[in-house]
Amino acid sequence: MSDLYLVYKNLTRKKLRFFLTLFAIFIAFLIYGALTAFDTALNAGVELSADNRLVTVNKINFTQPLPISYVRKVETIKGIAAVVPLNWFGGYYKDPQQQVLTFAVDPPKLMAVYGDDLAIDEDHYKNWLKNQQGILVGKSVADMYGWKVGDRIPLNSNIFSKRDGSTSWEFDVEGIYTGKRPQADTNGVYIHYKYFNETQSFGGNYIGWMGIKTTDPALNEQVIKTLDEMFVNTPFETETVPEKAFNKSFIAQLGNIGLIISSVVFAAFFIILVIVGFSMALAIRERTGEIGVMKTLGFPSQRIFKMVLMESFMLTFLGGSIGLLVATLFLGFLNEAPQFPIADLILTKGIILQAVGVMIVLSLITGIIPAVNALKLNIVTALSRR
Amino acid sequence: MTGGKLYDLRGVSKSFTKGKEKITIFNDLNMSISEGDFLAIMGPSGSGKTTLLNLLGGVDKPTGGEIWFDDSRVDNLSESQLAKWRANNIGFIFQFYNLMPMLNAERNVELPLLLTKLSAKERKKNVAAAMELVGLSDRAKHMTSEMSGGQQQRVAIARAIVSDPKLILCDEPTGDLDRKTADEILSMLQLLNREFGKTIVMVTHDPSAANYAKRVLHLDKGEFVEKDLVA
Ligand SMILES: Nc1ncnc2c1ncn2[C@@H]1O[C@H](COP(=O)(O)OP(=O)(O)O)[C@@H](O)[C@H]1O
Ligand SMILES: [Mg+2]
Repeated sequence: MSDLYLVYKNLTRKKLRFFLTLFAIFIAFLIYGALTAFDTALNAGVELSADNRLVTVNKINFTQPLPISYVRKVETIKGIAAVVPLNWFGGYYKDPQQQVLTFAVDPPKLMAVYGDDLAIDEDHYKNWLKNQQGILVGKSVADMYGWKVGDRIPLNSNIFSKRDGSTSWEFDVEGIYTGKRPQADTNGVYIHYKYFNETQSFGGNYIGWMGIKTTDPALNEQVIKTLDEMFVNTPFETETVPEKAFNKSFIAQLGNIGLIISSVVFAAFFIILVIVGFSMALAIRERTGEIGVMKTLGFPSQRIFKMVLMESFMLTFLGGSIGLLVATLFLGFLNEAPQFPIADLILTKGIILQAVGVMIVLSLITGIIPAVNALKLNIVTALSRR
Repeated sequence: MTGGKLYDLRGVSKSFTKGKEKITIFNDLNMSISEGDFLAIMGPSGSGKTTLLNLLGGVDKPTGGEIWFDDSRVDNLSESQLAKWRANNIGFIFQFYNLMPMLNAERNVELPLLLTKLSAKERKKNVAAAMELVGLSDRAKHMTSEMSGGQQQRVAIARAIVSDPKLILCDEPTGDLDRKTADEILSMLQLLNREFGKTIVMVTHDPSAANYAKRVLHLDKGEFVEKDLVA
């Protein structure tokens, strides 16, 4: 028998109360884990954005086009390592409900700018370069629709049409890319800009925006200035921003999800703080006589103080760990489901560390008052109260 | 047979303040207890028996005077020093057993051993010996809540002797038991005194309980009236 055993026995002696408080903590950490993972996944684009990348869009707003000729000009700017033109295709697969985030790109330039993030088989990449109708598909998309390398699949555009009036393009899946980092977004599909531009009827040599890689993040500011000044007073003025800022503004359009999530999580924790706090206070109060007896036998007050704190730690960490565990299983299940559109939801080290921090704070807040009461409890009063 | 002096109370006083009122329980109380004694303290309810036992056990402090144990003063020790002193020297037996309901019998008995440096194996051995002595070896794993009052008090006795203290303090140990069971418990205390040399101080208001003691002190209005049994 050890102090830990005593703590465990004390904690579990009232089964119903123990399970109810444990359940409350479990639910709070499940909510915390699931929602925070969701939030992190949403913000993964922001977190994973590279410091040495910029995005150039039309100054009016990013739905306005830029001339393709800008790519050549921008490439000459000192401090720029690579530039890739991107154009929104607005694709869907069979049904307009089945949106596919499709971008028309220049493949080698895509790799030059975003190659650090995209993992793709070397042979598949070469095949894609050779086949103008070839596409590079993100793993999430491929999993969702069951596409394999070698499949020929139709993609419709809800923006563009072909010269013959049809809105349906046929493509060959030449490669499937994954992210080099676990949270990377693999929901995109890349098609050849050249092929797209030759077959679409809209006309003009326009692109949606440019992705830029600088040689050194320290040069970003200078590059942005030079680039945007280059096109001042032209019909297509530009606005260049760091990738991080661009991704952030993109998420901001979804509304302030972060705030909603923090409010829910905060409410959940506040409620369990009250529940666990009361339950701990009640439990220790009921044990006044027993604590008096322990002290009479010679248990030092500090040791009893520690045991009460250990009890609230044990309760919180037990409930919290089960909550995080179930959150992991639940997220894994969501990630497996092919219809699920968001990049992999995982409990990152950061989320888990933060959860452990919350557990510590929660244990201390709920345990400290009963522990101090137990510490200060006078034996004579405790025993005469029986 | 009694040996050297174990306790010495010199001019001990104890009073409480209830609001503005000052209640004096003892005023200039002097007594000594020898090693190997079995002392019964009797007296009407409210005469201060429990208060005296609390002073002897170091769970309460006198308002004045000195308490000496084994030739060293204990009433001025700090709370944590007293806790250590109690763990080393005193076994406690209460009227309502005061066992831990979430622990089985042998774990209740083991509790004071958590305050010693004994290994798990040694603890187990000592617990088994104590359980054997009180005749509960076959109930070691039982929950105390499922035991009779007499059995619970025997578990409490095992807990009081498991760390082999010199002294056992009992506050109305038979107050909650029927005659027959009470006699069993009292015989057991007598055995501990006679065969194992434990000094026992027992508070009781059961006149026949006093028959088991070597010496009886009557406490009345904070004063002792000694009556020798061997008369
Ligand atoms: N903490 C206390 N505060 C005030 N009065 C007390 C306190 N403890 C005991 N008393 C009083 O001291 C007297 C003796 O109590 P106690 O020692 O419990 O008597 P006994 O055990 O002989 O019945 C009683 O009148 C009781 O009310
Ligand atoms: Mg009493």
